[in-house]
Amino acid sequence: MTTDRAKLVQAALPILVGLLFLAGWEAFVRIEQIPVYILPGPIRIAERLWEDWDTLSDSLLVTLGVTFAALAAAVIGGGGLAILFAQSKWIEASLFPFAVILQVTPIVAIAPLILIYVPNTELALLICAWIVAFFPILSNTTLGLNSTDPNFLDLMQLYRAKRWQTLWYLRIPNAMPYFLGGLKIAGGLSLIGAVVAEFAAGTATAGTGLAYRILESSYRLDIPRMYAGLVLLSLTGILIFASFATLSWLILHRWHDSATRRER
Amino acid sequence: MDTVTNAPPLVHLEKVSKTFSNGTAAIAGLDLELRCGSFTSLLGPSGCGKSTALRMIAGLTAPSTGSVTWDRGRPELGFVFQEPTLMPWRTVWGNVFLPLRLAGLTRAQAEPRIADALARVGLTGFERSYPRQLSGGMKMRVSIARALVTHPSLLLMDEPFAALDEITRSRLNDDLLSVWAAQRLTIGFVTHSVFESVFLSDRILVMAARPGRVVADIAIDAPYPRTEAFRTSEVYNHHCRIVSKALKDAMGGQHDH
Repeated sequence: MTTDRAKLVQAALPILVGLLFLAGWEAFVRIEQIPVYILPGPIRIAERLWEDWDTLSDSLLVTLGVTFAALAAAVIGGGGLAILFAQSKWIEASLFPFAVILQVTPIVAIAPLILIYVPNTELALLICAWIVAFFPILSNTTLGLNSTDPNFLDLMQLYRAKRWQTLWYLRIPNAMPYFLGGLKIAGGLSLIGAVVAEFAAGTATAGTGLAYRILESSYRLDIPRMYAGLVLLSLTGILIFASFATLSWLILHRWHDSATRRER
Repeated sequence: MDTVTNAPPLVHLEKVSKTFSNGTAAIAGLDLELRCGSFTSLLGPSGCGKSTALRMIAGLTAPSTGSVTWDRGRPELGFVFQEPTLMPWRTVWGNVFLPLRLAGLTRAQAEPRIADALARVGLTGFERSYPRQLSGGMKMRVSIARALVTHPSLLLMDEPFAALDEITRSRLNDDLLSVWAAQRLTIGFVTHSVFESVFLSDRILVMAARPGRVVADIAIDAPYPRTEAFRTSEVYNHHCRIVSKALKDAMGGQHDH
């Protein structure tokens, strides 16, 4: 019973703090009479979100489309490349540095170039989001595939396991917690990648994604709408993270230390 | 016991040496053989190459020079490591299934053999448990069941009980002896415990370090089955003294601990 109550308090605390913060913000804006084009209160932002829901939600769907397409490509690309790396140290040694170069180059700097070379804007956005999302999956999965217990590899050799059997029955399940950790990071990053690319694209052409809506609102000095777009983006990011954390728990809770509860 | 000492060799190592890539000579001039149906322990201080010798028999490490010869072909063999080496994402059943699955058996084909292997190590009823739910001793039982499921005629064990507590260890010793008796196995057992090796084996090869080689070949002439009473018997103590002496000689007065 007491643990249940403690859990309830633990869940209620951040909500309470959040509400207090919003109330303080609203009070500050009203008492100081801050003009809405400088800092709108949370109530005004919520109103704006409601008024513009049709446009904003359409834009959100566009951004989500890019985000998930990029994430899917990152899972296939990053995971596939990691499996390729696991086959031979030579492949890993010759390709990994380029993956790092791709990772450390800021996406804002490459995005304009990609937008020039790739005529289809949608595809260009997808490439940008993919570049930032694939690296955590690649590096985590590579680490997981390579951290197989050597005794286990001996065991597989003893039973004359074929290469694919060792990969399928041993290396891939062993890499699963690492891969899922990478996926959690990549989910947020692909959203960020999609948004950054949209900003880069938004200055050049007319876009339809959520980042473009924020940019458009800033040109029109519609600050409440900027905040409304921002709120939608944050909520989406939180939702993506939460769904991958849940997925990770569902897959791992039976066996992995990270997801099992400790008895005290 | 004469039947065992005179049994034909299953495998023998001749003039085997092993030098690792860093230049360490782990083994030099090693001659040993495992006779059919025997329970042979390799006993020695750490660094004497006993584990390396076992891995050579298993074909996991190649000798630098010398030969490993199987008189009538390499039989099916099982290997048990010091750690249980179980897949945490598989149940007990799934872990024991692994060698059969690698050999291409279906679940249905494997089922009776897995049930039999689990029964032999006393794990019936734990099929659906995950390794993290089991104690150290039970994990080791799963590991042994996995080694037995392919019906090997040679079982190689590399300090399998070294990490277990005394009570669990002696219980596993008893159970290992019953498995050995029931299956007509040959067992190669690496240990650094004099007491364990005398209790289990019909023959002990004492090894010395730097470089690793066999320095004494001691037969333990005591009948099986060996029960708790054997642990306190005069025969047991007598052999423990002989083996301890041989081990001390093998270490050549070096007291590096």
